[in-house]
Amino acid sequence: MKRADDFDTRREHLQGLSDRALHERFWSLAERLTNPLLEMGRFYTSPSIERSVLLRMGFSSIEAKALVDACLEKGLLGHGAGHVVYKAGQQSGKSVREAGLALIRGEGWEGLDSSFSKEDA
Amino acid sequence: MSGYRLEPDAPLDVREVLKDLKSYRPRRRGWTWRKPAPGLKMRGFTYQDASEPLERSVPLPPAHHFGNIDPQPGPVITTEIASGRFEDDIRRMRMAAHHGADHIMVIRTAGQSHFDGLIEGTPQGVGGVPITRKQIRAQRKALDMIEDEVGRPINYHSYVSGVAGPEIAVLFAEEGVNGAHQDPQYNVLYRSINMARSFVDACESKKIMAWADMAQIDGAHNANATAREAWKVMPELMVQHAINAQFSVACGMPKGLVCLSTVPPTATPAPCVHMDLPYAVALRELFSGFRMRAQMNTKYIQSSTREATVTHVLNMLISKLTSADIQSTITPDEGRNVPWHIYNIEACDTARQTLIGLDGLMDMVELKPEGYLRDQARELKERAVLFMEEILASGGYFKAVEDGFFVDSGFFPERIGDGIARDLSGGIGAGSLIPRKKDYLAPVTAHYGYNNTAQYGLKAGESPASLIGGCTLERPELIQYIDELDETDNVAARMAESEELRQPGAKYLKPEMEWLGDGTVMLTLFFPAEKKVAQAAALEAARRMNLTDAEVISLEVMHPVDGTRVEVKGKVPFSIAVDELVIPPEPEVLGDDAIRAAIEERPLKVVCGTVGEDEHSVGLREIIDIKHGGIEGYGIQVHYLGTSVPPEKLVSAAIEVGADAILASTIISHDNIHYKNIALIDRIAREMGVRDRLIFLAGGTQVTPELAREAGADEGFGRGSKGVHVATSLIKLRDTQK
Repeated sequence: MKRADDFDTRREHLQGLSDRALHERFWSLAERLTNPLLEMGRFYTSPSIERSVLLRMGFSSIEAKALVDACLEKGLLGHGAGHVVYKAGQQSGKSVREAGLALIRGEGWEGLDSSFSKEDA
Repeated sequence: MSGYRLEPDAPLDVREVLKDLKSYRPRRRGWTWRKPAPGLKMRGFTYQDASEPLERSVPLPPAHHFGNIDPQPGPVITTEIASGRFEDDIRRMRMAAHHGADHIMVIRTAGQSHFDGLIEGTPQGVGGVPITRKQIRAQRKALDMIEDEVGRPINYHSYVSGVAGPEIAVLFAEEGVNGAHQDPQYNVLYRSINMARSFVDACESKKIMAWADMAQIDGAHNANATAREAWKVMPELMVQHAINAQFSVACGMPKGLVCLSTVPPTATPAPCVHMDLPYAVALRELFSGFRMRAQMNTKYIQSSTREATVTHVLNMLISKLTSADIQSTITPDEGRNVPWHIYNIEACDTARQTLIGLDGLMDMVELKPEGYLRDQARELKERAVLFMEEILASGGYFKAVEDGFFVDSGFFPERIGDGIARDLSGGIGAGSLIPRKKDYLAPVTAHYGYNNTAQYGLKAGESPASLIGGCTLERPELIQYIDELDETDNVAARMAESEELRQPGAKYLKPEMEWLGDGTVMLTLFFPAEKKVAQAAALEAARRMNLTDAEVISLEVMHPVDGTRVEVKGKVPFSIAVDELVIPPEPEVLGDDAIRAAIEERPLKVVCGTVGEDEHSVGLREIIDIKHGGIEGYGIQVHYLGTSVPPEKLVSAAIEVGADAILASTIISHDNIHYKNIALIDRIAREMGVRDRLIFLAGGTQVTPELAREAGADEGFGRGSKGVHVATSLIKLRDTQK
């Protein structure tokens, strides 16, 4: 899109504002602009977010990648990769780390799928 | 842990730094500002805007005239160090800290933003360093020792961007990284990462960074560096800052750690201060409460390091006239190559020198409350508001990016139509977002957004990580450390190749600009020829000097046909055996008491002056004045004849007053006049038959002792000589004369 500088006419509604009112307008526009983005962040997740959760749960980057790839493949990532590991630990009575390493080996997946909710948040 | 400590007199031992990294834990987390020291007094000077001094540093070059003081300016000073080999960068970090840097920024290797996960080990980088846990631990560990040595905390910094942002944020939080760039707009506009993915990831990254009290720097300055006419994007820059700042605060970051990366948009020959200052004022007014990271202009940088330095000084004038919490520095060789050691240090010194030189400026001047500056600042703010109004009217941020709103070269509302447009369904990582299910759970600290912990009995406000007994942020012992993954591309393999050059204990030395043993040198040449001829001649000169990989890195026209200045880099093919070097011994110095006793026993009289057509007096006054530790202090009787003293007069005055010695200062060195004057004094004294009974000493900044003796003096004194050296020499020479 090309457009000539129409600042003089476009600014008419701003002309009368005090500096303070202009600043308030600036920040309220910034808020309106970013709110939908923040809201999106609340209800979506990504492979990187899920790997970052697993790192915090004590898995290495290589282990985290293997677990997230497996969750993705099985369609479980929407429940949270950390959740999958946590639940596997609860079901098997293993520690979080042991349960995660077992999942990487392909063990302990059975029955996990059916115990998760089908509804979106 | 190893017991290795950094000793002020010993080279940093990278081998020691790399030991026991598996068990290394950072000593703190979070960002540190300098401590202001208003009214600081140093050697009789009072500083208005300085911060607390360092315990150990290398002061600015003229400091020896000022009792070696090294006042430190108020802002944190940044330097970017990333040569591709982090092990060599560690030594550069120590040098930079001694020149006043307390914010070390590590640029990532090309391509890391598109790497889907963390990189491990220590592969070599290109144009930066692969950021890995091992590399961070080594550098943070070294910086712990370096900050103890200089006596000021050093902030360590890299980038939380790309498709693995949240993982990198966790890595940084775990490993004590103190600051990071984080701005989802950067991914979108310059790394073509899918925009929805970029913003969703940013929520998590920012939440983690907030937990770690890290300072955040945004990416808005890139618009300035990308747009064709950088000054026209000023309204957009404010919009980009606002988007990231607002977004960050909503993710939990305190305003006081959200730093705007702001660059004075233009450079000379434009009237840059006139254009940049209203923008700087408008920005600081709109973003009151946030922090300013003042970056230097890179958009117009050329290969002349002098030109770049002046631009950077002008940029710091803007910082001083407004404010800067962090003063970033750009190395003056950024227009030529990946920065060299020496230019990081130059950049730090330029910042330190300029900011201290402008200390207290705003106690004396103020910005006008009306007229051009105010009108211009107001107009820029209004243009920014209009920009955001149009984003909303067009359907929001994503729609605006799709429509190419950003990095358009027009001065908004003007639009040229050359903006960067991205498709919401395109880019790296497109389609990778997944809606969270109703039972979504992340049992960890610093997680953003919907997290159903209630299903496992946690109440609102209870830590999600309590479900697993705490995560790595509470229990760092859970962190999994990976040492190396690649058997050939790693630090041990690289270091083995240059082991004989490694300090401490190197048997061989090689010139170095970036990497140990790189052999790189730079030549500055002038040819009385036009550009193309001079360039070819310079390369031929390098070839005949046996340099390999010679490359012209700068060409400046002195006159279109009469002359060209050329700078060439190349590599030398040799190493130098340290134990075969002939190192002249330090001048012998008698103790103050011994000198005084010798003079008391047998008084000594000298005549002195600056000879020839030479009006320099400072050097000689330093040698003689009692208050500068000069020879008068030992009881030596001094007849000072002043400056521009004819050589004959110096000799005849010595005869007249019955002096034991002549001290001639000779500063001007054009056409070797300094040595010619020395020879002349020697000859006149011989002709008058008094040379045998006079001691004749000559000194000056361009004098070398050997050449002065060859010219006829009994001893010569170069740069850095003191009264005690001259007094010692007088006594020794008098004793041998007998």
